Amino acid sequence: MESASPSEPRTLFDKLWDSHIVVPESPEAPAMLYVDLHLVHEVTSPQAFAMLDERGLKVRAPHRTFATLDHSTPTTPRRKGERPVYVSPAARAQVERLEENCARHGIPLAGWGSFDRGIVHVMGPELGLTRPGMTIVCGDSHTSTHGAFGALAFGIGTTEVAHVLATQTVLQRKPKTMKVHVDGRLPYGVGAKDLILAIIAKLGAGGAAGHVIEYCGPAIEALSMEGRMTVCNMSIEAGARAGLIAPDEVTFAWLSGREYAPKGAAFEAARLKWKQLRSDKGAHFDREVRLDASRLAPMVTWGASPHMAAPVDATVPRPKTADDRKALAWMGFAPGETLLGEAVHTVFIGSCTNARLSDLREAAFIMAGRHVKPGVRMLVVPGSERVRKAAEAEGLDAIFRTAGAEWREPGCSMCIAMNGDSGRPGELVVSTSNRNFAGRQGPGVRTVLASPATAAAAAVAGAITDPRKMMEMCGAA
Amino acid sequence: MQREPITEIRSRSFALHEHNIDTDQIIPARFLTTTERGALADACFHDWRFDEAGRLNDHPLNAVGTATHAVLIAGDNFGCGSSREHAPWALRDFGVRAVITTRAGDIFKANAANNGLIVAEIDADAHAALLERTGEEVTVSLADMSVTSGNVRAGFSLEPFARTCLIEGHDALGFLLAREDAITRFEQARAA
Repeated sequence: MESASPSEPRTLFDKLWDSHIVVPESPEAPAMLYVDLHLVHEVTSPQAFAMLDERGLKVRAPHRTFATLDHSTPTTPRRKGERPVYVSPAARAQVERLEENCARHGIPLAGWGSFDRGIVHVMGPELGLTRPGMTIVCGDSHTSTHGAFGALAFGIGTTEVAHVLATQTVLQRKPKTMKVHVDGRLPYGVGAKDLILAIIAKLGAGGAAGHVIEYCGPAIEALSMEGRMTVCNMSIEAGARAGLIAPDEVTFAWLSGREYAPKGAAFEAARLKWKQLRSDKGAHFDREVRLDASRLAPMVTWGASPHMAAPVDATVPRPKTADDRKALAWMGFAPGETLLGEAVHTVFIGSCTNARLSDLREAAFIMAGRHVKPGVRMLVVPGSERVRKAAEAEGLDAIFRTAGAEWREPGCSMCIAMNGDSGRPGELVVSTSNRNFAGRQGPGVRTVLASPATAAAAAVAGAITDPRKMMEMCGAA
Repeated sequence: MQREPITEIRSRSFALHEHNIDTDQIIPARFLTTTERGALADACFHDWRFDEAGRLNDHPLNAVGTATHAVLIAGDNFGCGSSREHAPWALRDFGVRAVITTRAGDIFKANAANNGLIVAEIDADAHAALLERTGEEVTVSLADMSVTSGNVRAGFSLEPFARTCLIEGHDALGFLLAREDAITRFEQARAA
């Protein structure tokens, strides 16, 4: 294994990689990497626990493991003390299996009734479980979200979940590195979601395969932690193994005071260490890509893959491939037409991409004093119990309810549509989630990915709309 | 734990020409509530193969003889999207033993290797030539790392550890557990 000598400039990724090697990689075998934090949810874990049982193995480090319920759980509002009603007996059994497995192995679980419960990638950062310099894995491809804190975080399969439960390590070949440098500043009305959709459109659905992306440059530094999480979250949609952003004062301010973050002198000591977590000057990246944020506009997708994205006011591009043609046929869009004014049936605000407090504020800013177009259904699903409580304390729930939207319980909901929350066949859904794959939000459901502002504007207009128009009206009022 | 060792898959092929076939297509999310293994054949490409009433439709996948056609030739970036290991589980349950593509999703590749599913990434020219021979017999060999069908022949590479595990029928957990001392040393060095 070739490892850079200490004097050689290293990337942030190199530093994270080097500090977690239990056994270095060889021609015969990948590296064994130590896992600092293993996040677990109900969908990708039952068979992994069964693999441990088959061999009579225990969980090696329950204290480095943290579980939540998010994917199969209903988000239907309940009265206090009322039991959740699942979409199917199988969904209930899956949740109960995780409850049993956690109890049996001593794994902390943010279950029903816990104020910590939330979408796994909203919960981790919010509790301060996610910290700079860590390695974090989860049986979930959007684990890349946690890279926003300068942690090496990636999704794994269920067999690998068993590996981590049993050994706290994961086998990995060292990936390549890619630098995505974003110059300039995002214009008014253009946010982190628009930025990452533009990056994915530029890279392609598999354009970053085999790479870990480090996002940097002034436009990235100017993002809030929530915005950084939105960017890193969708790294996988360009095929990347993980996304990273070097931690800075914005990161440290977010972490300060979080439940599991170090406190007092320990925090100051940690901060000094965290400050070293940046790519050295002159560090080598296998690929470099540049983008100018100031030229970006609100983005929407026109096809059935996240890379099929364009500015909301652009026309639908001419298909370049058979897949483009198939995607346009699926969406019912024609090349050369504008998507502005395209009728929308359902709007979903939520998911590990866009269900944090700032996302809900962004949507509420548009909704305040307006109403969801009659005939349109709008679901607002906070990312966690904490987000819900904070939003309710600010009165955001009242804004959404008054506008005619449904204010629901936290969970993955319509992003993955396995809990009963889904669109109906043929519907067009504008969604703040991360995947517009055919049928992802229900059989026959067509998805347009967008920012919270664009999604909210679509709910008001009942059609795809440039959210900047509604922001101007807010400003003028 | 010991699995069936695999040196070679020889079978007829079937093809899915689309690029970027994501794991939601391979198995829609609503089938992920299972806590078991081994019953996902119907879930495999479910929404491509069944109509809204749940009847098999006329998709070419339904004409594939799954007992005789175990090699899937798929478009670029196959298995992109979510990390669900249910995707290779469903493919195996459907009868697929090898996927030939120009490139597969990173997590999908790792999951496939852990489930005795060979993923052979070959160059675009050979891939196109192989597509011309859809339905013919193909041999995917781990012994000499080649895909052969008639006069079409292409090499592919596989992560060497995954290849060894497939050929010897080993799984990776045994390998990790055998290195427990190294894990303990790492943990102690850090705590110090």
